[in-house]
Amino acid sequence: MTKRVMTCGMMAAAAVSIAVAQVKINACGATFPEPVYEKWFSDYHKAHNDVQINYTANGSGGGVKGVTDGTVDFGASDMPMTDQELGAVKGKILHFPTVLGAVVPMYNVPGVTQELKFSGPTLAGIFLGTIKKWNDKAIAADNPGVKFPSDDIMVVHRTDSSGTTFIFTDYLSKVSPEWKSKVGAAKAVSWPTGLGGNQSAGVTGLVKQTPDSISYVELIYAIQNKIGYGLVKNKSGEFVKASMDTVSEAAAGVKMPDDFRVSITDAAGKNAYPISSFTWMLIPSHIPDANKSKQIHAFLAWMLADGQKIAPSLDFAPLPKAVVEKEQKQLTSLASLAGSAAHAAVTPPIKKGAR
Amino acid sequence: MGDRIARLTALFFACVLVAIVILLVYELLWRSEPARAKFGWKFLTSSEWNPVNEDFGALPFLYGTVVTSVVAMLLSIPLGVGAAIFLAELAPPNVSNGLTFVIELLAAIPSVIYGLLAIFTLVPLMRQYIEPFLKETLGFLPFFQGPAAGVGYLTAGLVLAIMTVPFIISVSRESLLAVPREQREAALALGATRWETTWQIVVPYAKLGILGSIFLGLARALGETMAVTMVIGNVPAVHASLLWPGYTIAAVIANEFAEAGGKIYPSALVELGLVLFGLTIVINGVARMMIVATTKKGSGR
Repeated sequence: MTKRVMTCGMMAAAAVSIAVAQVKINACGATFPEPVYEKWFSDYHKAHNDVQINYTANGSGGGVKGVTDGTVDFGASDMPMTDQELGAVKGKILHFPTVLGAVVPMYNVPGVTQELKFSGPTLAGIFLGTIKKWNDKAIAADNPGVKFPSDDIMVVHRTDSSGTTFIFTDYLSKVSPEWKSKVGAAKAVSWPTGLGGNQSAGVTGLVKQTPDSISYVELIYAIQNKIGYGLVKNKSGEFVKASMDTVSEAAAGVKMPDDFRVSITDAAGKNAYPISSFTWMLIPSHIPDANKSKQIHAFLAWMLADGQKIAPSLDFAPLPKAVVEKEQKQLTSLASLAGSAAHAAVTPPIKKGAR
Repeated sequence: MGDRIARLTALFFACVLVAIVILLVYELLWRSEPARAKFGWKFLTSSEWNPVNEDFGALPFLYGTVVTSVVAMLLSIPLGVGAAIFLAELAPPNVSNGLTFVIELLAAIPSVIYGLLAIFTLVPLMRQYIEPFLKETLGFLPFFQGPAAGVGYLTAGLVLAIMTVPFIISVSRESLLAVPREQREAALALGATRWETTWQIVVPYAKLGILGSIFLGLARALGETMAVTMVIGNVPAVHASLLWPGYTIAAVIANEFAEAGGKIYPSALVELGLVLFGLTIVINGVARMMIVATTKKGSGR
């Protein structure tokens, strides 16, 4: 690792002497938006040779930790930071929603080829362990005409701290009072039943391997691994399949608060997919290195404009227009704040070895 | 002069080792302070592991670590020592050398590879054949009840057994080979059969080395992380049945530490590290005492 950093540093130094100054920005956090973030960072680097953003996908918990400890320039998370987490940070952290995503119930039930449907309380019952068998009445009621085996349901969940878990448990807490009182919503919870897998890949692997299993995962993972995933009943009583459109619809109805910390699970729209969520970049309001600060703000502006157009090609739903406008306002006020600070400190035009 | 320099250098290196251990203990104690202050000794007996309410206990992990290691040792000791005796005493030299080479290769395979192999071959085998069979034949025992998920204490113990066997064979064989020829010849001259010679003369003579190999294997089993977390099921619960999924200390630290937020959560994970450290010290202490006790009875060394 040190070696790599050193080589990177040397390469950067060499690049400086040849062409332009390199600003290296480090970020870490959520795994779910990693595909679109990697694409954004590489496209942005192509357009702006002097800026390179390195992203480590170590989970939403890791993103919050990184930005709190100041080990990275900014973080990313699928769950907005809690008041308690914000209180632990020295400066102020601003939330910038980037794209939208969905968590789907994925399953492996031998003999069942149809797409399964789940209502909220049924899902909660399965993950609470009160619905034990696939041929339970509650599951059959949601899926008329499907012949279920009489086997035990094998629940699989994440063991690491994960934004996916938060989105899923946040939804279950809204639709099941029993879930809310017994388990609650968090990045890591005390699961009443089931096997644990590490990260999305581990959970997906367990479900693929274990007959009669059910778990939850980000939509992209289920699509990429070709695992069956179910429709979920929304607030209007419709069974909705997760897709870019249904996720966008869930976001359309939301009233965005000024700090952008909002949950859109169990949204009201007729076609709204109920287990949807924003994912956020966590930007410190004060970044000591003025040049870095300027570049991060420039990237955010690009992300809200060109970046949004790239998102759909990678199966990520872009932000609603109103949210983009609101974020642009937050960015303008942030940039003007940082700009006045930058004037005070003399910024050298070329910054060698920014790290 | 040269002697003094050599002496001081050696002393320095020895001190560095001691310093590392002290630093390790200090760091573990210091970083686990919040959790120790909050939970006290109850940490060891509580089986709660709830990041939402920040309520943590070590029991399921301690239990899982001990159970998987015991299962591993029960399987690997007879297998390893038996194979070592065959390689050292019975097999023709060509066969012995060839097999030893292969076994030492096994010892060098990274644990994550064992984990992958276990996921793709051992887990389906356990789920489809071995666990249903055990439930049918030995299901009246509390150790073989519950779901046949393929992952759990038994599977983890089996993987650990496979991983520790090469250590036991390799070191045991070396110490069996180190037994002087005269010992064997004397026994044979007195009219002992080959079995009697091996079992009553050679093995007791090499006892120290064999015990050493077993503790080496046990140390690996206790601290093994990757292979275990891939097949144990990762559920913090205590079950008497070996078929249930469980968790070990090393596995939970690897899975949860990187993303543990807040103050108590990471600190509880560090305290788990402290518990594992304590567990290995206790087991090593017991091992020492066993070695001392058996050598006093006079095993020839």
